[in-house]
Amino acid sequence: MKVELRINGQNRAAEFEPRKTLLDALRENFLLNGTHAGCEHGVCGACTVLLDGEPVRSCLMFAVQADGYEITTIEGVAPAPGELNVLQDAFCETHGLQCGYCTSGMILAAHALLQRNIAPTREEIVEAISGNICRCTGYGQIVEAVQFAADRLRKANTPRPVALSDASAVEAK
Amino acid sequence: MKPAPFDYVRPGSLHEACELLAADDDARLIAGGQTLVPMLAMRLARPARLIDIMRLPELAGISEQNGAVVVGATTRQAQAERDPVIRASVPLLARALPWVGHPPTRNRGTIGGSIANADPSAEIPLVAVTLGAEIILAGTDGPASIAADDFFVGPMVTSIASGQCVRAIRFPVWPHRRVGVGFFEISARRSDFAFVAAAAQVALDEEGRCLDIALGLGGVAERPLRLNVSSLAGTRLEAASVSDAVHAASVGIEAMSDLHASAAYRRRVAVTLCIRAIDQARESVAAKLSKAER
Repeated sequence: MKVELRINGQNRAAEFEPRKTLLDALRENFLLNGTHAGCEHGVCGACTVLLDGEPVRSCLMFAVQADGYEITTIEGVAPAPGELNVLQDAFCETHGLQCGYCTSGMILAAHALLQRNIAPTREEIVEAISGNICRCTGYGQIVEAVQFAADRLRKANTPRPVALSDASAVEAK
Repeated sequence: MKPAPFDYVRPGSLHEACELLAADDDARLIAGGQTLVPMLAMRLARPARLIDIMRLPELAGISEQNGAVVVGATTRQAQAERDPVIRASVPLLARALPWVGHPPTRNRGTIGGSIANADPSAEIPLVAVTLGAEIILAGTDGPASIAADDFFVGPMVTSIASGQCVRAIRFPVWPHRRVGVGFFEISARRSDFAFVAAAAQVALDEEGRCLDIALGLGGVAERPLRLNVSSLAGTRLEAASVSDAVHAASVGIEAMSDLHASAAYRRRVAVTLCIRAIDQARESVAAKLSKAER
């Protein structure tokens, strides 16, 4: 089946067998190998991508189902080639990765969180990455990395989305 | 971990989807795919054809109609979790949804998919049975509806006929002004299958006396159960009466036993979680009142 996908802001078309997962399509057809194949049945979160800005498992959907969505992979979050975004940099700073296998999924899950909540609590961070398994770090430095990135984003002099917690605080008043 | 080959079709209407489903015994419906795709990957399921219903407009939407909230089958769990109508009118569903899988699976998994899958430990079927929801079905013979309690037959078994598709779930809205909800579950790790889950909804009058109460239990028996604790109506849900009512209601439940939890463990935890769920429901009413009083 011929399918047109929108990946990292670009239109990409290819011919897929219906059984080909979005994960395999990203890696094999479009050479976006930053999306990692882990368990391939929805348990580990290594294959996380963003679908219209929300994290989903690319191993649990078929490429033929993915037309019409805005797909973002880890290759799509950096501001320019060779640069890192705030979260990627924070993971390096706080040693939020060791082997790196889970990292792209962790960063995308955290990225989606920080898009809607720039001041997440520790519980909110843990909930946001609860679907992503890391077997190296013990998660401590990953949570630190997300807190560090959130702190930098709050202090940055750039336009940013209104945090949900801020919005509800305004409502309560 | 690669599925066996299959055909993929995306029908343009619900009617067409039901016709395709009725015409082929080896066809399966797919919406969010969060349970079906792992089954395909492990080749525990090998349908010849997948009929994708995710984008059918007839299955979308959340609306309030005549004392009920009707939730379209393909409403994603994450969407329902954030929906203001569900939060206000079906608070038990809103309370239970954060326990369903984790955020990435809730972003794709649907309300109707969880109902049709009928896992005995699943939260959404438990809420449907507890509240006495109605499952609205579509099929080649026309629409039909069935009470949630009659819909769930056993583990992954429902009374849905071949060629039928879950169209929506109709959750009744309690008319009382002061309603509270409680939900607890125990599993090996967060987001895993519940060994025991308990859901409670209570309505209290201005003096804190119980006007109505619904209690449900998941993960214990082969399907979600509604427990009869109507003896609590008129009480102030004091600890002793709640404990007595829960113990009386859970007599004779046939609990499942497996590697992870014995039947005796499930029964013991069931009583504790039911009591906690009722307490949380009562306290959440109180919290609501004190906020309004301020």
